Amino acid sequence: MIRLPLILFFSATLFSIGVYGVLARRNAVLVLMSIELMLNAVNLNLVGFSQLWRDLTGQVFALFVIAIAAAEVGIGLAIVILIYRNRETINVNEVNLLKW
Amino acid sequence: MTSQEYAFVVLALVGTVAAVRVVTAGNVVRAALYLVAALGSVGAIYLLLGAEFVGWVQILIYVGAIVILFLFGLMLTKAPIGRDALDNQSRGLAALVGLAILAGLVFLMQDAFGWSDPKVELAQATSEAIGESIFRQYVLPFEAVSFVLLAALIGAIVLSRRDEGS
Repeated sequence: MIRLPLILFFSATLFSIGVYGVLARRNAVLVLMSIELMLNAVNLNLVGFSQLWRDLTGQVFALFVIAIAAAEVGIGLAIVILIYRNRETINVNEVNLLKW
Repeated sequence: MTSQEYAFVVLALVGTVAAVRVVTAGNVVRAALYLVAALGSVGAIYLLLGAEFVGWVQILIYVGAIVILFLFGLMLTKAPIGRDALDNQSRGLAALVGLAILAGLVFLMQDAFGWSDPKVELAQATSEAIGESIFRQYVLPFEAVSFVLLAALIGAIVLSRRDEGS
């Protein structure tokens, strides 16, 4: 048996590392990778609680989150490649056309 | 501490180190390979917890498909080498926000559970049970997710293909 707070602590660590990556990275592909870390932290919580309560809903939801993450990465990378083709850069600092 | 907890702590340490390297590596391809280690250790933790189906799906989809997609994305775009070129100027502020979120979450967790209260019993959640749960209770959300995935794939193709002629 595993104490639940250990799982929650690891998941919180992964989430804050992901937040740091999203805020500190300038390359758009690396920002997407950090978002994946945050999604994984959420999934870890879902699976941990699902195994704690013996209720499969959490695991089904984790599967849905994985599917949505795959869709998000596909669309995100398509947009990144489009930006690169038009502007020769994928630095999120320089893509500021819509910034007020 | 039980032996499963030792195994969990080892996997969690590997995952944490790999995740830190993902957000600090100076080379984008190395960051993607560290992402494999981080996601793989999370998948191994799912297997350790007894969620075998989610664990193998994690390894297949994340390590097998999403990281390959990232590597293709890196291949098609040009990225400089070095942390200073890949990070922006507000690294200190970002670290501060990350640590603040970690502190807040840990405070909330130990406020809600304490440090040793609920113990997760490690019993297998079989693929059969998950399949029944998906196709009995969650058929409609499942179909919605498949539709979203289809729309995303078509959208990605439409976005990234070159316009010919016009």
